[in-house]
Amino acid sequence: MSNAIHEPVLVAVGLWKSYESGAIPVLQGVELLIQAGETVALCGPSGCGKSTLLHLLGGLDVPDRGVISVNGRELKQGRMVQQMLRHEVGFVFQLHNLIADLTLEENCMIPAVAAGTPKAEAQARLAELTRRTGLEHRVGQRIQKLSGGERQRTALCRALMNRPGILLADEPTGSLDEKTSRQTFELLLELTATEGMTLVMATHDRGLAARCDRLVEMKDGRICG
Amino acid sequence: MIFLRLILTNLGRHKVRTMLSIAGIAFSVAAMLAVVTILQGAVGMFSGLLSTDSELIVFERNVSDLFFSSVPDKAVKAVEGWPEVDHANAVLFGVVSSLDHPLITCFGVTPRDARVAQATWIAGDKSAFGKTDDSVALGERAAEFLNAKLGGQVTIGHGDFTVMGIVRTRNGFEDGGVFMPLKTAQEFFHKDGDSSVLTVKLKNRGEIEAFKARVRREFPALVALEDEEFNRSYSQFRILKATAWAVGACGVLLGGLGVANTMIMSVFTRIREIAILRVNGFSNTQIALMIFGESAVVSLLGAAVGLVIGVSSILVLKGLPALHGYVDATIEPLVVVAVVALACLTGIAGALYPAVYAMRVKAVEALRFE
Repeated sequence: MSNAIHEPVLVAVGLWKSYESGAIPVLQGVELLIQAGETVALCGPSGCGKSTLLHLLGGLDVPDRGVISVNGRELKQGRMVQQMLRHEVGFVFQLHNLIADLTLEENCMIPAVAAGTPKAEAQARLAELTRRTGLEHRVGQRIQKLSGGERQRTALCRALMNRPGILLADEPTGSLDEKTSRQTFELLLELTATEGMTLVMATHDRGLAARCDRLVEMKDGRICG
Repeated sequence: MIFLRLILTNLGRHKVRTMLSIAGIAFSVAAMLAVVTILQGAVGMFSGLLSTDSELIVFERNVSDLFFSSVPDKAVKAVEGWPEVDHANAVLFGVVSSLDHPLITCFGVTPRDARVAQATWIAGDKSAFGKTDDSVALGERAAEFLNAKLGGQVTIGHGDFTVMGIVRTRNGFEDGGVFMPLKTAQEFFHKDGDSSVLTVKLKNRGEIEAFKARVRREFPALVALEDEEFNRSYSQFRILKATAWAVGACGVLLGGLGVANTMIMSVFTRIREIAILRVNGFSNTQIALMIFGESAVVSLLGAAVGLVIGVSSILVLKGLPALHGYVDATIEPLVVVAVVALACLTGIAGALYPAVYAMRVKAVEALRFE
């Protein structure tokens, strides 16, 4: 589901989040607006709230206060989040979070199974994604047999399976060596552009962040630049 | 297909645990099938020996056991004379012991009784039955375990009898029993002038209700029931059947607890995987279905293995000389369906808590842990 440029697809208003019943504040009044088609890098030191913000934007967690809108609709837990995770938002994590006992194909098919996508359609999409990520020769392989870069590309294929309009990436290259990291990031940017997606990426890597349309600096749970 | 792969993959991860769960269900299903089939067979045999060539049973009202029932000769003679009655046979049941056998069933019957008249006489002359008071016919298995020969003497309880015949029947109770002339049995069991039951065949089945009403009217202490009606209402049969199902159900419940344990462990050890599925759009229903699916696979495999073990056990028991004729190997399809259904239901019930737990997994918390 691609979005036309300049329409706000993600809006966060006054987001507050803490853990341990308020003892550990993580986000403190975050305001953010992300346009369709933008690539946005969230930068900042560890513990500044980048990952938490991504989780909130993707509906994986609930803010203590504040409102999040996705594609113009206020985010509410339950069925809306489930539908959003199926069709509108894809996630890529630092650790690939693949199911080790399944093959590359089976892992990538999980979102299609969740969404009830017809098998032929899902197979065609898988073929397209594995071709574009250079994994077509590894389709039947179990995850244990893939390299770190291949695993992260598999995770990317899985995230893009249902053609989401928004890709949320939490340190997607953080566990890779520098060369593989660059290659994976290039692929991420290329796929984001060709699929017409909005990318929001948390990263420590200033070099990668500089390649995005916009850099959002975070510190102590606040956006500071 | 992927859904099924997820289910099978998880079961395959801990093969020993899965096999133990399947074995738990299998043995419980086998035990239930064997217990229910054997007890139902025993009930069927006992009711079968009552309904031999008859459609009604007359016995003393409100007795807990037919061994305690007394039908007076006066009533027997009266009923035999009723015009709607084709034939009526008085039977006296008794249990005695011999030297090596604590329980031998005795049947006090008349020479025209179908149990004697229609049996296969493998030794002796059936027309001689009842001619002398101290002669008895033995069931084939009874002759075997009493080591008795035709014309020989046999000690039964406190009496010595001459073996005037050996009969073969298909009923275990009869085959392991002793047939005495009714008069002899009444004296032997100190029930002069009484029988345990009167089995009755009418000339016209349409007169059954009228017959029952007449018994009620003329002999208020007695009751007449159709064979089917008797089988349903006789408390001993009901207790036996209920016991069989209760014992079997306990077994299956234990198997179900095994499945529950497996499923709980299975869910607890892959919280992260469940979180991954959730992040990729799996609904609560899909996650619950996956857990129930695993449980159903374990239960069905266990039930299948259990059926094989159960049927084999019954056949082995049927083949044992000591149980010859007592084990009916007829396995009713309804019993099989009930046993398998109970195993599956228990398995699925065992997956309830794990499924609810899995549905409550918070993706973001689960993904934080490696």
